[in-house]
Amino acid sequence: MKYLLLIYADEREWENTSPEGRQAMYEEYGALMREAADKGQMLGGDELAPTSSATTVRVANGERLVTDGPFAETKEQLGGYFLLDVDDLDAAIDFAARIPAARNGSVEIRPLVDGP
Amino acid sequence: MTSVDAVVDRVFRDETGKGVAALIRVTGDFTLAEEAWQDACEQALRTWPARGVPDNPAAWLFRTARNRAIDRLRRDQVGREKTAAAARIAALEAMGDDMHEIQDDRLRLLCTCCHPALSLDARVALTLRTVAGLTTRQIARAFLVPEPTLAQRLSRAKRKIREAGIPFRVPPRETLPERLDGVRAVLYLVFNEGYASTEGDLLRSELCDEAIRLARLLDTLVPNEPETAGLLALMLLQHARRDARTDDAGDLVLLEDQDRSRWDHAMIDEGLALLEERAPAGPYRVQAAIAACHAAAPRAEDTDWPQIASLYGRLLELQPSPVVALNRAVAVAMADGPDAGLRLLEPLAEDLDRYHLYHAARADLLRRGGRSEAADAYRRALDLVTNDAERRYLRARLASLPA
Repeated sequence: MKYLLLIYADEREWENTSPEGRQAMYEEYGALMREAADKGQMLGGDELAPTSSATTVRVANGERLVTDGPFAETKEQLGGYFLLDVDDLDAAIDFAARIPAARNGSVEIRPLVDGP
Repeated sequence: MTSVDAVVDRVFRDETGKGVAALIRVTGDFTLAEEAWQDACEQALRTWPARGVPDNPAAWLFRTARNRAIDRLRRDQVGREKTAAAARIAALEAMGDDMHEIQDDRLRLLCTCCHPALSLDARVALTLRTVAGLTTRQIARAFLVPEPTLAQRLSRAKRKIREAGIPFRVPPRETLPERLDGVRAVLYLVFNEGYASTEGDLLRSELCDEAIRLARLLDTLVPNEPETAGLLALMLLQHARRDARTDDAGDLVLLEDQDRSRWDHAMIDEGLALLEERAPAGPYRVQAAIAACHAAAPRAEDTDWPQIASLYGRLLELQPSPVVALNRAVAVAMADGPDAGLRLLEPLAEDLDRYHLYHAARADLLRRGGRSEAADAYRRALDLVTNDAERRYLRARLASLPA
């Protein structure tokens, strides 16, 4: 099954992380991505730029309403994602538990709907 | 109940979990498995009274349910689902007829029904429906929710299992212990809902019976788990007091006032025997040991309160929570006097301000210490209580205070 793992964390915490700390974190993510790729589970994954760069679009009565910032102001922000193809939810949970951000943020697991 | 009804009832209860679990493993479909099993039970109710109960009723039910599942698949299949249905039909046909030869899948079923990705409400409902074989109506009644609400809860849970890809399997060794903890938590929740109902009547004994049955099943499926034995012992020791816990008017009778000859001593003996084996003390075992202290006292005044207080201290280390601390305070008060208990209650005031038993316990200790603040504490407990029997008890206590 395909799952999108949405990585939520407090982006201010990331901004305040030392260069060495960031380097260590990137290495951890890199190892995880390589492992998933080797198992043929990796369909995609990226880090997102901070929410200060986010733009939200709505269309009301045919009119575009474009606003600065993320859809919702929350304590934790969507900071990246993995798109995986694994056997079942337990496998997705095992993977999510190893994502570094799960330790101080959270990972939301969303199954993808099978296309028609 | 006629003899046929009694047989039917017993066979349904005993075989449902196993039959449904096997059908789910083969079809991967909770709803289909349950509906096919339901069909078979209905057919049994129609035909057995007239034709007599078959020699092997379990095998009859299983064979019928399997055939009903095949019928349903043949009838419902359309378009691109045809291939999937054909594969399921072939798998069902390959299962054979003999229920005693099919693999026991109930542990998978329990682990799936108690999966942490389901809401706690859903886990409870699904376990009672699918593993214990209670009807939607029975579960709805036991939890005092309208039947359509419960039916919706069940169908949402089944949809989540399907859509989120919750696997139907026993988790691997690394995660099995934590998953078994989750299963035990669901069973204990079912028990507690029966033991101290949050609303209405104090006792819904059938939920306790069901929880005990499921704990026995878990103990059979995964033997030598000290915490499962501990949980079973805890339930037995508590449930043994069921007949003495309320009086004829349905009012709560406190442990110290209970007629101990009305306790179920066979059940107590079974509970005590489960604790005899040496094992590391997990939270359920420690709680069972506390219940055992009560069960072992011939009269209330014989209760070994220092031992209970020390066990609560141990439990507090294993499971730090304000409610455990509250129980410990009460036990310490019994061992060392109300003032010692009140001192331990003080730091809990903020955490437990909305918990009626905190105020009830505090009120009892203040009353025993002859303190006038007792009345206010009883009133606060009355503001928060939802259970009728407990409410009557608190009112009686309040009324008994010296003016």
